[in-house]
Amino acid sequence: MLPLLTDTRIVAGRYIRQTLSSRLSLGIGMVQPLMFLVFFGPLLHDLPLGGDGDSWQTLVPGLLVQLGLFSSAFAGFGIMLEKHHGVIERMRVTPASRTALLLGRLVRDVLQLLFQSALIVLAGLALGLRAPLAGVLLGFVLVAVLAVALASLSYALAMRVSTPQEFAPVVNTVNLPAMLLSGILLPMALAPGWLDVLSHFVPFRYLVDAVREVFAGHYATGAVGLGALVTTGLALVSLALGTRVFRTAGA
Amino acid sequence: MPAAIHTAGLARTFRMKHRTVEAVRGIDLTVQEGEILGFLGPNGAGKTTTLRMLTTLLPPTAGTATVAGHDLARDPAGVRRRIGYVAQSGGVDPAVRVREELLTQGRLYRLGRDAAQERAEQLAQLLELTELMERPCRALSGGQRRRLDIAMALTHSPAVLFLDEPTTGLDPGSRAALWELVRQLREEHGVTVFLTTHYLDEADALADRLVVVDRGRVAAEGTSAQLKQHWAGSTAASLQDAFIAITGRTVPQEEPAAPLAV
Ligand SMILES: Nc1ncnc2c1ncn2[C@@H]1O[C@H](COP(=O)(O)OP(=O)(O)O)[C@@H](O)[C@H]1O
Ligand SMILES: [Mg+2]
Repeated sequence: MLPLLTDTRIVAGRYIRQTLSSRLSLGIGMVQPLMFLVFFGPLLHDLPLGGDGDSWQTLVPGLLVQLGLFSSAFAGFGIMLEKHHGVIERMRVTPASRTALLLGRLVRDVLQLLFQSALIVLAGLALGLRAPLAGVLLGFVLVAVLAVALASLSYALAMRVSTPQEFAPVVNTVNLPAMLLSGILLPMALAPGWLDVLSHFVPFRYLVDAVREVFAGHYATGAVGLGALVTTGLALVSLALGTRVFRTAGA
Repeated sequence: MPAAIHTAGLARTFRMKHRTVEAVRGIDLTVQEGEILGFLGPNGAGKTTTLRMLTTLLPPTAGTATVAGHDLARDPAGVRRRIGYVAQSGGVDPAVRVREELLTQGRLYRLGRDAAQERAEQLAQLLELTELMERPCRALSGGQRRRLDIAMALTHSPAVLFLDEPTTGLDPGSRAALWELVRQLREEHGVTVFLTTHYLDEADALADRLVVVDRGRVAAEGTSAQLKQHWAGSTAASLQDAFIAITGRTVPQEEPAAPLAV
């Protein structure tokens, strides 16, 4: 177990240094959520959105999940380049744990997402968001679990396909409906019956609902439990899959 | 003296949706410790696939192998600790600095932070990379990048070094320098070198013994002189003539980049 942790730390260190040295990429993922926050958020101000929180408590959690959804789902992009340059195989012939090659990257992805989420919440505060600190932190934990789930899937996919042209369409095909159907911008409570029913088949919906609840200061509710359960389940399955691909890739 | 590499019936089939490729169809070979083996063959003969199996990157579909004293199937981790591998396309990230690559590699080979620093400096010295340490890898010439690839493969002083087309695309000066390095590794450190090449002059000049593969099988093996004698009728013949006699083909063309793991 110890070598796994050490190797994970080493791999994480490499990718964290890389991310820090290209600050541009840190910022780029945030442009979209920030635009929604500034140009879309004010529109919701006096609208009845259902639920307990005010409009910022509804929108900001949605934007955090959106950020997690998109930045994690495209995590695999970087690994395709590394694969192309032979970096993955070079690391796979060292004694380092192959699982750590995945886990180390995930550590970087989660830290990056947390950093970006904090900035979005700060921007939200400036615009009028009020939410309990405990709720915000709990929301971060939920979003981090989502990042683990999606980034693992993304890496697994990227290891399996050989060109970005095969990778991007899959991610886009999944992400856009997932985003629309999980009520990221507006709660699904507003949806007509059929759409509401449909959205219950999208796992991210439960997460969005849960993050909204904790931002509104409700912690011990069914929605929070369900959101945590679904996201954790997804993360466990994705991790198992990702680990398997990293252990056997090339086969 | 035990063999550094021994394979028996090593084979690999790739199954894809619409077709199956028998890339390697049963290879038996032995490489002695301290030997430089030239693994020659036309494009698509299965050289890279064989190397990827021997370096634990690709599970064989049949056959067994022992590499550097460890069984490939039972103890892949043991194999990894004792081998170095330079892939056809190299293994560095163009965006990453030379120093960072050497350090990461040291750490992945389980060196402590200080030991990794020290090893990086040593390797940079050995392969004349010291001046280049702060450059991103994309700013290296072909020859410099090859030296870096080799430096990284030597991090843990491996007993067996696998080089896949190490001089492809290099200028004559860099090729000569690399040959010298390979000889030096064998003379001074007793490293066993398993190298694929499609340059017949390289095989002729560098390898102690040649194994010619064709369509996934060993087609001929022996010293360069033996192959010339047996296949071209005289030790004065060219290796080129022997190669044509063995494979029915002319000298292999420049290879495209290795197919990536799928
Ligand atoms: N990952 C792979 N998937 C499918 N086919 C492959 C794969 N790797 C190699 N091949 C095929 O196996 C054969 C041998 O390839 P390779 O070992 O790269 O030959 P060489 O290195 O001698 O040129 C080729 O026909 C090649 O297309
Ligand atoms: Mg090849």
